[in-house]
Amino acid sequence: MLKDKIIRYILASAASISVLVVLLVFYFLFKESFLFAQANGIKILLGTQWKPVSFFDPSFGVLPLITGSFLVTCIAGLIAIPLGIVIAVYLAEIAGEKEKEILKPLIEILASLPSVVLGFFGLVVLAPLIQKIFNLNSGLTALTGAVLLAVMAIPTITSVSEDALRAVPALYKQASLALGASRLQTIWRVTVPAGLSGIVAAVMLGMGRVIGETMAVLMVTGNAPALTFSPTESARTMTATIASEMGEVAQGSEHYGALFWVGLILLFITFLLVAFSQRILKKYQNFKT
Amino acid sequence: MKLSRTLGLSALLLFSPLLAGKSITIKGSDTMVHLVSTWAEEFMKAHPQIDLSVTGGGSGTGIAAIINKTTDICASSRDIKPKEKELAKKKGIIVHEIPVAQDALALIVHPKNPVKALTLSQVGKIYRGEITNWKALGGADKAITALSRESSSGTYIYFQEHVLEKQDYSPKVRLMPATSSIVQGVQDNQYAIGYVGLGYLEGAGSKIKALPIKPSETKPAVMPSVATALNKSYPISRFLYLYTNGAPQGQVKTFIDFTLSLAGQKIVVETGYVKVK
Repeated sequence: MLKDKIIRYILASAASISVLVVLLVFYFLFKESFLFAQANGIKILLGTQWKPVSFFDPSFGVLPLITGSFLVTCIAGLIAIPLGIVIAVYLAEIAGEKEKEILKPLIEILASLPSVVLGFFGLVVLAPLIQKIFNLNSGLTALTGAVLLAVMAIPTITSVSEDALRAVPALYKQASLALGASRLQTIWRVTVPAGLSGIVAAVMLGMGRVIGETMAVLMVTGNAPALTFSPTESARTMTATIASEMGEVAQGSEHYGALFWVGLILLFITFLLVAFSQRILKKYQNFKT
Repeated sequence: MKLSRTLGLSALLLFSPLLAGKSITIKGSDTMVHLVSTWAEEFMKAHPQIDLSVTGGGSGTGIAAIINKTTDICASSRDIKPKEKELAKKKGIIVHEIPVAQDALALIVHPKNPVKALTLSQVGKIYRGEITNWKALGGADKAITALSRESSSGTYIYFQEHVLEKQDYSPKVRLMPATSSIVQGVQDNQYAIGYVGLGYLEGAGSKIKALPIKPSETKPAVMPSVATALNKSYPISRFLYLYTNGAPQGQVKTFIDFTLSLAGQKIVVETGYVKVK
């Protein structure tokens, strides 16, 4: 009996650590952001210039960082979403067993590539390539970062979408085929719409990964904090800003508090994405049963 | 009751790494990482009982660490700012400064770039965003891609103070995470310019070229080298420092005395920097 209890406590404490960590993260993020807002107000964050290190006039406008993250995430989405879904459709509906055996592990390897390795590849291979193709001044652009992020998001989108497509009851497809629809018509008009909620959840999860990714974008986007919406200009994302500046700041300084605000904004965006995809996933699970 | 036990156990698991042994930590400048770790290796050969650990992250990181009391020695490629000194004082830390080496910053471009030399004020204008085309400097009619280190780098701040004359960098300057990425960026791009420490110049070879710099319009251009940094004719040269909390004592002092000794300064020259005396 005692043994049971001990094991129970060990398991319970292991589970509670993760909860504790999440709560601590929330606590510190809110505390530091609150202290900054109390001391400086949040108006200082609304500017259009991120200039944390300046001899005369440091400014902490987070707008260029938000647009930077937004720009990179949108382009990555434009590349990864159609590709990821098409690959999922192919794997779930068209590919034979042999092809699946080769393709699926390869896509899983893509998912497990460390982002710093991809970043290095981006810096040495992709950036010069993009510079040449678009005849740019420099290959260190938002587009370069977005292409790398798309590569990272595709495995997530593909594997979750594929599961969703597989879960569509065979009855639907058989009915459609029996009515005389072709295989392609069945896929696009019946299977994909039926699995749509799962596909939307997959896209949300993929985008969550993209917006939170740090190392690869830090290495290839050039990180210039200029406000821009052009894919061929350099962009500075929120994650890259925190990663490269957090180590430097003295605790309690203005810069330190401003970085916590950037973290809070990022957390809020990813929280919304996750909550949204969870809701859709739930709906989709109900549909399955 | 159950909750408190669970929490207690989790706290024990969380903080157990803090119970491990202690060694002297040196943190800070990426420019100095190679130099400091070479020092540490040689030092530990002579003093096997002292354990040194060296990490980079940028001078700002090191100074923040000494203010936050998370390092014993800070390596910095710039001097500490009055604001930081004040913050340290508030936390009860008296920052002690020891110049241990000198360094020169070279402006590097692609070997195919036709520009022969720049004046110090032209370099400042490029990074402030006042000159944006190579044409104005005698090059091709192409936009300049200016590469810099991140703001956590001591080199970034030294450059801002002495070359940009304390003005702000243009927001279009691309901020690279490491000096090696600047070298890579210039190597790949005929229209890029970047700055690196003298130590990196030798390693990069002929894939990049350093530009001679004129201290002013009327003076002759000077190539960055150990000799020109030592006789102060090259305009962008600086001291590299170690900082401690209060005057160094015990094992920390033993290490700092070593860096300033004949053997320590020999390592300075070997790693591509300039002796302090």
